[in-house]
Amino acid sequence: MRNITNYMKITLAGYSRNESLARMCAAAFASQLDPTVEEINDIKAAVSEAVTNCIVHGYRDTIGDIDMTLRIIDDDTLYIKISDRGVGIEDVEQAMQPMFTTAPDEERAGLGFAVMESFTDDLRVHSRVGKGTTVTMLKQIQRRG
Amino acid sequence: MPIEFTYDKNGLTAAISGEIDHHSAAEMRIMTDGEIERSMPRTLTFDMSGVTFMDSSGVGLILGRAREMKQWGGKVRIAKPSERVGKMLKLSGLSPLIIKEGAKNA
Ligand SMILES: Nc1ncnc2c1ncn2[C@@H]1O[C@H](COP(=O)(O)OP(=O)(O)OP(=O)(O)O)[C@@H](O)[C@H]1O
Ligand SMILES: [Mg+2]
Repeated sequence: MRNITNYMKITLAGYSRNESLARMCAAAFASQLDPTVEEINDIKAAVSEAVTNCIVHGYRDTIGDIDMTLRIIDDDTLYIKISDRGVGIEDVEQAMQPMFTTAPDEERAGLGFAVMESFTDDLRVHSRVGKGTTVTMLKQIQRRG
Repeated sequence: MPIEFTYDKNGLTAAISGEIDHHSAAEMRIMTDGEIERSMPRTLTFDMSGVTFMDSSGVGLILGRAREMKQWGGKVRIAKPSERVGKMLKLSGLSPLIIKEGAKNA
């Protein structure tokens, strides 16, 4: 059993100006693990991608709730769960391919999942069409000193 | 202003400051397109030295401007990315657009 030693749950309105707020919240919560600047930047980038996807794809032309759960596991790992109750993804495996995007006209590069994957230690995506999408990430913070 | 534009013999330089995400990229896109459509420069160099955060929206911003510039045969270059921005550029395959330090005025 893994031990959850702290947690935080927030709900953000799906406005694009809340993307930076979500990054700041995650970075502030993660700071208790004494991460390096590099690790904080990894977390910010991964959170930014997941939250932006909820806004851009999940809710498209509407504004919905984005739930973010942050947990500290075993005093060395940050757990991040970000979910929307938007349109969902038909084919998750295809969506996770680098450069795949359903919104090329909006200048999306199709790199969000690739960023989440490479800047965290574990990425899971669960989605149901018409129900929404949940992204779960783990980021291990190296113990120092 | 998130972008400062300057011209020299090599064309247009767009110096971006602050964070590039989906939210901020919208204004940056409008500003830059207004500028390049007016002057149609040979090269557009993004000076990234003032960028404090960038996610994949920054990649979309650069690729989108490269597409615009192509209409009149112009090219996009990237100057002075931080190590962090460089990491993002590498992941997205945009590293070849980075110009070496000092080469800008050569
Ligand atoms: N929360 C979501 N709700 C619905 N669809 C999603 C969601 N997240 C991702 N997708 C789908 O997965 C595709 C790939 O997502 P990814 O983040 O990798 O690229 P992108 O968002 O299209 O581009 P970029 O992230 O580079 O701006 C999206 O184009 C979209 O079709
Ligand atoms: Mg994305």
